[in-house]
Amino acid sequence: MSVDQATVRRIAHLARIAVRDEEVPHLQEELNAILAFVEELSAVDVSGVEAMTSVIPMRLPLRKDEVTDHAGADVVTGNAPGAEDHFFTVPKVVE
Amino acid sequence: MMSDLTKLSLAEARDAVASKKVSSVELTKAHIDAIEKARGLNAFIVETPEKALDMAKASDARIASGKACPLEGLPLGIKDLYATQGVHMQACSHILDGFKPPYESTVTSQLWRDGAVMLGKLNMDEFAMGSSNETSYYGPVASPWLPPGWDADKGRSALKGDKKGLLVPGGSSGGSSAAVAAHLCLGATATDTGGSIRQPAAFTGTVGIKPTYGRCSRWGVAAFASSLDQAGPIARNVRDCAIMLRSMAGYDPKDSTSVNAPVPDYEKAVGASIKGKKIGIPKEYRIDGMPAEIEALWQQGIEWLRAAGAEIVDISLPHTKTALPAYYIVAPAEASSNLARYDGVRYGLRVPGKDISSMYENTRAEGFGREVRRRIMIGTYVLSAGYYDAYYVRAQKIRTLIKRDFELAYQDGIDAILTPATPSAAFGIGEKGSGDPVEMYLNDVFTVTVNMAGLPGLAVPGGLSASGLPLGLQLIGRPFEEETLFSVAEVIEQAAGRMSLPKAWW
Repeated sequence: MSVDQATVRRIAHLARIAVRDEEVPHLQEELNAILAFVEELSAVDVSGVEAMTSVIPMRLPLRKDEVTDHAGADVVTGNAPGAEDHFFTVPKVVE
Repeated sequence: MMSDLTKLSLAEARDAVASKKVSSVELTKAHIDAIEKARGLNAFIVETPEKALDMAKASDARIASGKACPLEGLPLGIKDLYATQGVHMQACSHILDGFKPPYESTVTSQLWRDGAVMLGKLNMDEFAMGSSNETSYYGPVASPWLPPGWDADKGRSALKGDKKGLLVPGGSSGGSSAAVAAHLCLGATATDTGGSIRQPAAFTGTVGIKPTYGRCSRWGVAAFASSLDQAGPIARNVRDCAIMLRSMAGYDPKDSTSVNAPVPDYEKAVGASIKGKKIGIPKEYRIDGMPAEIEALWQQGIEWLRAAGAEIVDISLPHTKTALPAYYIVAPAEASSNLARYDGVRYGLRVPGKDISSMYENTRAEGFGREVRRRIMIGTYVLSAGYYDAYYVRAQKIRTLIKRDFELAYQDGIDAILTPATPSAAFGIGEKGSGDPVEMYLNDVFTVTVNMAGLPGLAVPGGLSASGLPLGLQLIGRPFEEETLFSVAEVIEQAAGRMSLPKAWW
């Protein structure tokens, strides 16, 4: 399988990565090189094989739903590029 | 006081500090000086000398009061992928611009619990995506090994320029391997998703182990591909790695995939007899175009183990060839999900846009480097509607087959598997992957199977190439049998002779 330029733009948008027009042909080439590389997998017989979910057999542990680690709002918002009164600020979403 | 404290191995330094022949402050100062003089290599991106000296003083006080811990007073380097409280942590990415985590990763907190001293943060490929340390936002790391035919002057002048032509230290843990090989720290933390501990160790003549998946906690280590990522050490010999791993490993309730099993004293396995151990030699690792010297190294490794009383058994791991392409579906898929959190809202870089969506898109376009953007896009594609089954589910089925190959070998009584660590010796900075990304990916052809199967893998120097560069052998073990790897690796280390690392030219 290979991707066309419209698909490259669609993937970039899904991944929330801005791409400039002049980057698209090169990205298309690179993505197609990787897709060509993984193409050989379509020849592998996987009938009756279960998809791996856990590489080391283990049961996912459960714990009580409770606060175990509370650093406080100062700490939580301390690294934010924009914060006010312990809220993260973002560009206006609703008019 | 000894002449050059940075030349001690971690075990020797431990014994010297414990017996008060050397203080931790002396040992730490020697390494701080060495780091300052080696800035041209670009191995450390952040130095924390004051913190290091404070920790060293505290260690000396504990030693004086008779309360020394297993790593008491030993200065280490920390890969930038690990969260270090209040200290720079950016996974060598621009997108985590200015990020100082308010918490400490479990693995590093265990190192400090055991008395180790932090020298600073080490360079790496951005988000651990790369095999040469060239994708770092902070620029490439130069290997302390000079290219064949180069003299010190030529090396120094290249360090002042763009470093082109100097050798890569491997990746993604290139800062870790370079710093250890250049004697800037006694050992370093590293991580391995497809070979990022073992390939850099092989390229620099050092020893590195990727433990079994679940052996070390992933909590506080920036996630790349969660089902493959494991923490581990790089050090200058097998014993040093064993000592570090004991402190790094262990159950952590904060990582739901961490395994609740006791941590053995790995050092005890170093020097144990391997008589009667069955060592598997997988025929599928004899790949087309493999240089004759890699084949010769492998053969030499086989002879050493046979001479030590091991039984050499030819085995087959038929799905080996599928591991690398399957990895380039699974790892980017998981990366695209893990890296979705970097959006310019809660931490790191923010690039403004006309609305929130363009703020996200601009931030991620500027914050991520080319390789990371490429992998996020591949991952997004293989997980997108209509392609999920054809790519992702198929790759996870293939992973089951890869793991089954190993299980069958182990059921037949194989204790460990011997392979080359890399298909070649180190290459030059700027030499690979500029046109076709796949060219760089092929570096991991021997190591990636181990991550796909969740097994422990260790790289140990086996000798030098014809042009005088280090070459590594890889040992693959049964799940949670790292001890066997340390025993077998020690046999190789003894037979090959301790790697004589380059003298400082930088």
